[in-house]
Amino acid sequence: MTATYTVAGKTGPWEIVVGLEVHAQVISASKLFSGAAATYGGAPNTHVSLVDAAMPGMLPVLNGECVRQAVRTGMALGAQINRWSRFDRKNYFYADLPQGYQISQLYHPIVGEGALTVEPEGEEPKTIGIERIHLEQDAGKSVHDQSPTLSYVDLNRSGVALMEIVSKPDMRSPAQAGAYVRSLREVLRYVGSCDGNMDEGSMRADVNVSVRRPGEPFGTRTETKNVNSVRFIMAAVEFEAKRQVEVLEGGGTIVQETRLFDPDKGTTRSMRSKEDAHDYRYFPDPDLLPVELTDAFLSECEASLPELPAAKRTRFETVLGISAYNAAVLTADKDTADWFEALLATGVEAKRAANWVTGDLFGALNRLDKDIATSPVTPAAAGELLALSADGTLSGPLAKQVFEIMLETGEAPGAIVEARGLRQVSDTGAIDDAIQAILAANADKVAQYKAGKEALFGFFVGQTMKAMAGKASPAVVNERLKAALA
Amino acid sequence: MLTDLTIAAMQKGLRARDFSAVELADAHIAAVEAARPLNAFIVETPDHARAAAERADAALADGSAGPLAGIPLGIKDLFCTAGVQTTAASKILEGFVPTYESTVTAKLFADGAGMLGKLNMDQFAMGSSNETSAFGNVVSPWRSAGSNRPLVPGGSSGGSASAVAARLCAGATGTDTGGSIRQPAAFVGIAGIKPTYGRCSRWGVVAFASSLDQAGPMARDVRDCAILLKSMSGYDPKDSTSLDLPVPDFEAALTGDLKGLRIGVPREYRLDGMDPNIAALWDQGLAWLRDAGATVVDVSLPHTKYALPAYYIVAPAEASSNLARYDGVRYGLRVTPEGGNLADMYEATRAAGFGPEVKRRIMIGTYVLSAGFYDAYYIQAQKVRTLIARDFANAFEACDLLLTPTAPSAAFAAGDKSDPLEMYLNDVFTVPASMAGLPAMSVPAGLSPSGLPLGLQIIGPALGEAAVLNAGYAIERAAGFAARPDRWW
Repeated sequence: MTATYTVAGKTGPWEIVVGLEVHAQVISASKLFSGAAATYGGAPNTHVSLVDAAMPGMLPVLNGECVRQAVRTGMALGAQINRWSRFDRKNYFYADLPQGYQISQLYHPIVGEGALTVEPEGEEPKTIGIERIHLEQDAGKSVHDQSPTLSYVDLNRSGVALMEIVSKPDMRSPAQAGAYVRSLREVLRYVGSCDGNMDEGSMRADVNVSVRRPGEPFGTRTETKNVNSVRFIMAAVEFEAKRQVEVLEGGGTIVQETRLFDPDKGTTRSMRSKEDAHDYRYFPDPDLLPVELTDAFLSECEASLPELPAAKRTRFETVLGISAYNAAVLTADKDTADWFEALLATGVEAKRAANWVTGDLFGALNRLDKDIATSPVTPAAAGELLALSADGTLSGPLAKQVFEIMLETGEAPGAIVEARGLRQVSDTGAIDDAIQAILAANADKVAQYKAGKEALFGFFVGQTMKAMAGKASPAVVNERLKAALA
Repeated sequence: MLTDLTIAAMQKGLRARDFSAVELADAHIAAVEAARPLNAFIVETPDHARAAAERADAALADGSAGPLAGIPLGIKDLFCTAGVQTTAASKILEGFVPTYESTVTAKLFADGAGMLGKLNMDQFAMGSSNETSAFGNVVSPWRSAGSNRPLVPGGSSGGSASAVAARLCAGATGTDTGGSIRQPAAFVGIAGIKPTYGRCSRWGVVAFASSLDQAGPMARDVRDCAILLKSMSGYDPKDSTSLDLPVPDFEAALTGDLKGLRIGVPREYRLDGMDPNIAALWDQGLAWLRDAGATVVDVSLPHTKYALPAYYIVAPAEASSNLARYDGVRYGLRVTPEGGNLADMYEATRAAGFGPEVKRRIMIGTYVLSAGFYDAYYIQAQKVRTLIARDFANAFEACDLLLTPTAPSAAFAAGDKSDPLEMYLNDVFTVPASMAGLPAMSVPAGLSPSGLPLGLQIIGPALGEAAVLNAGYAIERAAGFAARPDRWW
């Protein structure tokens, strides 16, 4: 059991309490309430429908695919799916919020309570509660750096569907917060409901932090908005906790406020206090009917869920006999798991494949500064390589040699073997000829071996392999040498 | 005169080639031009009407004409019309030209109708006298006996009412949130129906209060309303609150035979101090319905007195949010104070762009939705709304339709009601059906002692438009209402 994370203050240790609101952009062809494309980027204001621009008389129509994605995400997190939910308007004025309100779900979210078990680095696994998931519209983007006197607005993002995934205040360390976001991102990627690209802003978090003496009730929290990397989230938690301890130990009080994270300095600064907080005047959106989910819809969502990381990991261990360590590594992200499963599909033996992927492949990718998604070797090619090893065509050293050529040229292993004659030689005649020549040329060493210096066996093997240009089957060489020296 | 014809008579005359659609359009275009003192139109679109007429003549010749081929209509300025300025009678949308056509107008035009222009109205449909338009008051074609004082046409569809009553257009679109079709129809002696909520698509109609807004026709008689309503109605996937149901042939339902029908008289509508002329007309209406074969039963709608206060919470609440989009950022008026920031632009734009009544309702709506008041006002009003709907549901166990007056008085003079609360009381009979989303229509039934039209309201159960129209038709036939305003303009 590792020690509980605390912030060491002058007056003693402080415990930290963290809750995260993760905004995840839903993968869907079109926006939450309009037919405009929901794709990232594009020239400004090219993915904007009349609805997104809030032209007079325009009405929202709910995109069923976004509902499906939210429900599937909820199911993946073991959460309660609310068969009846409703959209509310969150009213506030901003230049990139065309309607003057965001359509969201305050009172009746589509997904209720769930949980996610995470494995923070250097800590015991921990289960973090999920409070709710609701669907809402993203806002557009204000651009302030194009003109000294004007701001510009890009509405491409306006109306894109977001899932807001609200955790319970269950995290107690920066590592737990980081592990939670990483695990959540993997679940979303497995489910296919969010691409999890934090640098493109398709996943970002509002970080709620408070501190307290161990055992005391929750302190006042601050909310640091729109933090967009795991590292920054951990840094924001760490900085904010330390700042709060300093304020409290200096005799001050923490005010409930919204803060901004400065990625360059790793600090947070106040954006607005509770007194300046908006009164959002939430009320049910009269343009939309409540969302009622049918049994058939829920069954379809359930059936469409892929195997999730935890289940896959268990299966790799128990069914495929892969080591616990390798199973964890191979399921840690969806791209790796998909790649490995594609490799298994070529018919290779699972344990050997796992060792090869975590050893040879990862080593090579690391060296080439690539990841699994950009691997120069496909699962099919890797399967062929492993098959050539398994059937004795390639020896271990030959397989490594072929793999290097594959990495360099992208050629298929079979073709490499044929073109370069790298096939392992098991022809006893050729091997015997080589052995006879070596024994004849080293009669003194043969005598020493026969006198009891058995360590010389390795010398004979090496010489034979050298004579065979490395292509001889080591097993055959061993066997024929022993016979020749007997 | 061609402009005196009903839509049904125009259809007949056009098909018999008694006159061409172009002749019909030109007669109306001339009438519109001659009636500018009524200020019924914000924009005149003679080209639209004439082009539609030319297409109609060709279609009539080759047998491909739609049901409304060549019928010249006025369109309330709340409907977005492609290529034609749409302002909701507001300064903030002055100069706004939509690139899109509202579903309702698109349906009317697809059936062959032409547009004579965009009709003046109360700003953002907020008002009961057409005195809140940024483009000036609409004047009623009617005058009290022996008086030249300008009278209001009612509101908010006041331009529609005046134009139809003055024979400027064959019919008009209106919208009704709390009585905005029925009350002006009653004030100018025409028929108008607000259908069941969801019957007509709201897509492309500038929103006032989304849960209440419904489009509907205003025309000189019940049959014309039935003809127009059929064209305007129907499911629209672009409006999530639109009803996915077939549209009945409303005109075919007009038999005037009410045998076996039970007409309910809600006792709560018989207000203390009710105008005796209105009360007498109501009784007369019941007698006519009896003559047509109906029986009359007393019913109770116990929560009626809460309808108006609840309406003036729900409607402004929704309006305060719906009108947030008029912010000067993307279209319409933008006022940028020198050296000001975004908030300054919002404030200056909205201060200049909205009239006093619109501002009042935005403030009321913002207040009732704000933290600490939401439960006491908005939630409470929604509960009242549920009770009102239940009242109607209970009443329709005992009867098939309800008959009430449309408005508590005849038309009044412009400027007579300066107190907003007094103005709001004009909607007392129309608001409850709106709150319950029920179909209701006003038919002209008689004249006040000063010679001004008075209307009766028929309220039906959800989707009961055909029965409502048929009862209206029976009253219309019995009343033989033939009065029309003398032309003074």
